[in-house]
Amino acid sequence: MSASSAFNDEKGGSSSVGEPEYGHDPASGGIFSSDYKRHDDLKEMLDSNKDSLKLEAMKRIVAMIARGKNASDLFPAVVKNVACKNIEVKKLVYVYLVRYAEEQQDLALLSISTFQRGLKDPNQLIRASALRVLSSIRVTIIVPIMMLAIKEAASDMSPYVRKTAAHAIPKLYSLDPEQKDQLIEVIEKLLADKTTLVAGSVVMAFEEVCPERIDLIHKNYRKLCNLLIDVEEWGQVVIINMLTRYARTQFLNPNMNESLLEEGSGGDRTFYGSDEDEDEDEEEKEKKAETPAMAKRKPYVMDPDHRLLLRNTKPLLQSRNAAVVMAVAQLYFHLAPKAEVGVIAKALVRLLRSHSEVQYVVLQNVATMTIKRRGMFEPYLKSFYIRSTDPTQIKVLKLEVLTNLANETNISTILREFQTYIKSMDKDFVAATIQAIGRCATNIGEVRDTCLNGLVQLLSNRDELVVAESVVVIKKLLQMQPEKHSDIIKHMAKLTDNIQVPMARASILWLIGEYCEHVPKIAPDVLRKMAKSFTNEEDIVKLQIINLAAKLYLTNSKQTKLLTQYVLNLAKYDQNYDIRDRARFIRQLIVPTEKSGALSKYAKKLFLALKPAPVLESPFKDRDHFQLGSLSHLLNAKAGGYQELPDWPEAAPDPSVRNVEVKDSVPEWTKCSSREKRKEKKVEKPFYSDSEGESGPTESADSESDSASGSESGSGSEESASRSESEESEDGSESEEEEEEEEEEKEKKKKKKELKKPVQESESEQSSEEEERKHQRKTKQRKSDSESESDEDEESESESSQSESEESESEAEVKKKKKAAESKPPSKPVKKESKKEKKEMSLLDLDDFEPAPSPQVTPVNTFLSNSLVTDLEGLSLSDTVLSPATIAPSSALKNYELLHRITGEGLSVEYCFSRQPFSPDANMVAVQMQFTNNATADTKNLHIEDVKLQSGMRVKEFSEIELLPAGETATAVMGIDFCDSTQAANFQLCTHTRKFFVSIQPPVGELMRPVFLTENEFKKEQGQLMGMNEITEKLTLDMKCRNEHTIVQRVTTAANLSRVPCGSDKECRFAGRTVSSSSLVLVTVATKEEGAAQLTVNCEKMVIGTMLVKDILLALTQ
Amino acid sequence: MIHSLFLINHTGDIFLEKHWKSVIGRSVCDYFFEAREKAVEPENVPPVLQTPHHYLISIYRGKLFFLSVIQTEVPPLFVIEFLHRVADTIQDYFGECSEGVIKDNVVTVYELLEEMLDNGFPLATESNVLKEMIRPPTILRSVVNTLTGASNVGDTLPTGQLSNVPWRRVGVKYTNNEAYFDVIEEIDAILDKSGTTVFAEIQGVIEACVRLTGMPDLTLSFMNPRLLDDVSFHPCVRFKRWESERVLSFIPPDGNFTLMNYHVSSQNLVAIPVYVKQSISFFETGPCGRLDITIGPKQTMGKTVEGLMVTIHMPKAVLSANLTATQGTYTYDLATKVLVWDIGKLNPQKLPNLKGSLTTQAGTPKPEDNPSLNIDLKIQQLAISGLKVSRLDMYGEKYKPFKGVKYLTKAGKFQIYIYMFIFLENLMSYLLFEWLQCVLKHSI
Repeated sequence: MSASSAFNDEKGGSSSVGEPEYGHDPASGGIFSSDYKRHDDLKEMLDSNKDSLKLEAMKRIVAMIARGKNASDLFPAVVKNVACKNIEVKKLVYVYLVRYAEEQQDLALLSISTFQRGLKDPNQLIRASALRVLSSIRVTIIVPIMMLAIKEAASDMSPYVRKTAAHAIPKLYSLDPEQKDQLIEVIEKLLADKTTLVAGSVVMAFEEVCPERIDLIHKNYRKLCNLLIDVEEWGQVVIINMLTRYARTQFLNPNMNESLLEEGSGGDRTFYGSDEDEDEDEEEKEKKAETPAMAKRKPYVMDPDHRLLLRNTKPLLQSRNAAVVMAVAQLYFHLAPKAEVGVIAKALVRLLRSHSEVQYVVLQNVATMTIKRRGMFEPYLKSFYIRSTDPTQIKVLKLEVLTNLANETNISTILREFQTYIKSMDKDFVAATIQAIGRCATNIGEVRDTCLNGLVQLLSNRDELVVAESVVVIKKLLQMQPEKHSDIIKHMAKLTDNIQVPMARASILWLIGEYCEHVPKIAPDVLRKMAKSFTNEEDIVKLQIINLAAKLYLTNSKQTKLLTQYVLNLAKYDQNYDIRDRARFIRQLIVPTEKSGALSKYAKKLFLALKPAPVLESPFKDRDHFQLGSLSHLLNAKAGGYQELPDWPEAAPDPSVRNVEVKDSVPEWTKCSSREKRKEKKVEKPFYSDSEGESGPTESADSESDSASGSESGSGSEESASRSESEESEDGSESEEEEEEEEEEKEKKKKKKELKKPVQESESEQSSEEEERKHQRKTKQRKSDSESESDEDEESESESSQSESEESESEAEVKKKKKAAESKPPSKPVKKESKKEKKEMSLLDLDDFEPAPSPQVTPVNTFLSNSLVTDLEGLSLSDTVLSPATIAPSSALKNYELLHRITGEGLSVEYCFSRQPFSPDANMVAVQMQFTNNATADTKNLHIEDVKLQSGMRVKEFSEIELLPAGETATAVMGIDFCDSTQAANFQLCTHTRKFFVSIQPPVGELMRPVFLTENEFKKEQGQLMGMNEITEKLTLDMKCRNEHTIVQRVTTAANLSRVPCGSDKECRFAGRTVSSSSLVLVTVATKEEGAAQLTVNCEKMVIGTMLVKDILLALTQ
Repeated sequence: MIHSLFLINHTGDIFLEKHWKSVIGRSVCDYFFEAREKAVEPENVPPVLQTPHHYLISIYRGKLFFLSVIQTEVPPLFVIEFLHRVADTIQDYFGECSEGVIKDNVVTVYELLEEMLDNGFPLATESNVLKEMIRPPTILRSVVNTLTGASNVGDTLPTGQLSNVPWRRVGVKYTNNEAYFDVIEEIDAILDKSGTTVFAEIQGVIEACVRLTGMPDLTLSFMNPRLLDDVSFHPCVRFKRWESERVLSFIPPDGNFTLMNYHVSSQNLVAIPVYVKQSISFFETGPCGRLDITIGPKQTMGKTVEGLMVTIHMPKAVLSANLTATQGTYTYDLATKVLVWDIGKLNPQKLPNLKGSLTTQAGTPKPEDNPSLNIDLKIQQLAISGLKVSRLDMYGEKYKPFKGVKYLTKAGKFQIYIYMFIFLENLMSYLLFEWLQCVLKHSI
């Protein structure tokens, strides 16, 4: 409150002087004086010390604003409360400020310091709302402050604050467009953000500030595709629309090989097969895409990124949000191969059940689609049938769709429907139906006569509007074959007596004039009647009377000469100049005089030229040049800020721009730019796709992991600042190899820094960035886990044969976790880099220890345990507190969740297998547990109870933790003798208040400890473990896993083994002993040409051997 | 994106306005009022209007117009869907979405709008997130608040905002754990005069009311999931699981929500629960007509049809109706020309019948309009498509919840054409005769 009191002091004098001034404001005086009195008591309340009074006052003020009443004179009184402690008062003051700051800029400035303070608040909600208000105050003077605030918030550790920063970007841009360049930098930074929370907002900012900078998307394309399904629904819409445009510039037209002539309905047929068929098609397509495109590009091969987009958007057709469904539908319409567009029809038809406004928009879009792809909606014809309860605008649109869908086969049913509609009570709708019948008649020759007859029958309808509309339509139809229908013309001629609707009269007159030779007797008579009523007619009718007169004069001057003269004379004195002009013109043209002889010769040709029949077209024709679903499409006019949908490029731009550069230089992660390389990498496991339903083992996947590691490493150096000491010493064991890599790395980094921000960006910021990253990782993992259920299915599916049983789930889980661990290591080398100078000595001390580099996993926390898979816990992940120099330093330790903080009511527990000998009992596996108390209260007496074990297993409990204060973390080590089995150890974790059932299940690789063997010993031992004890498996190594170094790293990650020196560089050998029974475990990986390899495991415990083979195989092939 | 929002009641008063960017004057609504005037019926106002400087996108909900002002390109559905979400939220908070309720809670509504949009872009639309930020009013709380000055506004970031299950808040606790699911199906059908189905389909929705402690993970499976042709889910449903196993697996939001919407494939024959025998005729001469309607059960799967109601939109010329109903009551609204016959329960033994005469305006010719007949009905404990929930499993929590499934069939847009108008294949001769008549009539 000190700030606000200071503010009061400062402002005290002026406000007391200022208030009366406002009161006497001449502009607002008199009339509102009663208001002013009331405002006075509001001011009093605002000045009081009681929060409740302030709140009441603010509520009344906000209610005034909501009603649109002016409350601007209260500004000084309100702004004083900006620093109020009561959160609701504060919020309402914010609301007020945002509303009136623009009008009272000087006073508004006084509140700025409060927001600046708010930006530093430890509470993320307060930081975010301070930024929100600050950026919403439209005061130009504070642009630099806003810019700074946005930049800072963009690297905030809370994704919510970063999201707010993304929202602030367009605000600032609209306030001062000159900031564009700086804002683009921020956008670029936020685009690289990996949280779903930020993605939608930043893309929205991108669309508003720099939609033309499509190049910013390249690097984030795959990430966006993969995150899409988890982004909140509004963000999804924006991202999908943007990606549609992106894809149009980057990929080739998937339909380019299909001849344009084929557009008709015939070819479409095949697409409406069952879903299964479509899926098959898709698979085939994918296969096609995968079979190396190097051979020939002739047959179109879809870019895998293009496919990725289509595949990842498809499930969103099931969204409850109509806007998302529509966005996906337009994406498919504009981007998908013709054969696949069909899938959207069903979803769009579903939207027709929604609110009428939704129907309105959807039907507009369906109408456009039906013109291009009629077949797509044909199976749903009946869904467009009209009900009498529909609003007229919906009826008319449905009619439009039905007309577009009409063809030879379904026309009879459609016409039968139309007949019902004609009897409707809604006259506008009837008129539209008649026009629709007319269009069907012109489009489908077979039914022309039927339609015409039906329409003629309508001429005897009692409703004039119906008759008039029919006349107009019949006129158009008759133009096609006038000679066949002279009797209809005659009939219509008679209608002139009754029909009063001008348009209809004009149409009839035109018809008679045009086809006067078919009705030679009637025409002059009609003219006679018309001449009589000429003066009373509407203008369009008058014009047609003149036309009729002229035409008759030319064909039948004998009978009509005088009549024509008469009509022309009447017209000469008409009030309307168009009519006078027309009369003068026609008189000169048709009545031969000496002067105008030249033209009058051709008069007949001019007037009675054969006129082409009008084509009755849908108003939705050619609307598809607007992006479907857009406002511009709906209005059929370009709306402000509309981004044209570009045409497909002739040749695809370089697809490698979407590869995310790999900044760290662990060899297997090297950047690959060529197409084939990317293809081969497909086998790799996705990093992100844990959280992604769709991606599977494809292109997308590897790009993802690339991107992840890439960006991580990009800023990895910054992490060093906050690393724990234990980690540092761990770092010491890294190898020389790595240093080389670091050299490379440095170069890259330099480049990057040049591009990005100045190097001197403060350390504090960097560390906060690092935190942020940690946080991201956390959230990512939480997500991946809680969604694991579906993902697992996905993965097991993609993994082909595994069934949906629990077994496969757990396997998938293992895979995933491994994957996660695997994809981490690259971040390590970079981290060290900046530290290197400081720590050079220690590095030198230790680096002769082990030739392989030891990529260290950064701590991974809070692995949310999905309740469904709690029993799968204990598989693997990294370590929080890294142990100094273990025997096999190259292994990455994985953290597992033992207790999630939600289930644990604030207490979260993670554990890892520290791979250190458990000193109290050598037969036990050491399990290191980390307890974090996230609750607000302290936790006491943490201990283990009620251990339930399989026979033979033993547990050495950790000593009770007596007190774990709120927010603190503690570690403990316990030992478990698993008896060389992967059975879980179940026990209760007890606090002073609660008991939690938890279980630890070890991966087989953790059940052993490394032993040192010489090459000869190894061979000898191996010789004794032949036959039943030897398991051999052939495998193809992953692209990135074809060098010795990686193989070693992956194997040691999967199992706690040590490397055995080996003469041949084609073989890697590892040895260990199981912890309980000390049985020897020997592993050999022999590599051959082109990634082929053979894995041999010798172990007298066959079960262990088999399981180990599985795990290592997975580690090597993923 | 969304620049401003105006709430307008059916008489055309703007009773709430909110601007997310700079203020736009109310005069912009004049364009809307003009269109409103032209459209006659509020349902017929075009949802999207173009004015010289702005675009107006509006929805009509609960006799209110939600009118948003847009300045640049934005997908119209995006705005429409958002406006409906606003209306849903208001309904969720205050029980209904009406002018009175909004006026009574204007500050809360304003705060909600403030949270839902930032600079015109949706920020928090998930109801549980909003409820943590701005607590819905209860009588108890408002009393307490006025006494203590405590506020309804949360001061920490709702956990949902950051979690990957934004629809559920943490720390939910109930003493009675229960999960109820209502399977509600609606038959949309168009029948022609003879009772033949022109078009019929079943639309279903599963409404859930879940009050479970903690973070339950539910799996709902069906006996016959293949029936479902097209589905859309609440975001909590794991789509992949549905794709592969056809079960609904989800961590539910707390409270009431719509779990899923579905459509039963139109290949399956739709059972039509009732038949209608009707004849409405007007005499060529004289100001009267006759009406005779009988309703009977057709395919009801042994259940009783309840809440039966027939609505007929009469031609404008019909002045009054003098009818007798064997069951239920009928009303004829002279202004709207709507005849409503409320039957109630359908007794298969004694079929309800409505019979009598209609008076038309004297001197006007026999009406040519098609009256249309709409039917409303309910069948308890039956999902007409045959869909059955086989089981509900819960993972992740230890307690045993109370589970229940209810089925209900309703008539959706169930309409019967009364007249059929037939085009003859070749009408020429017939037509000539007609014209002759016509000509004769008019020349006399």
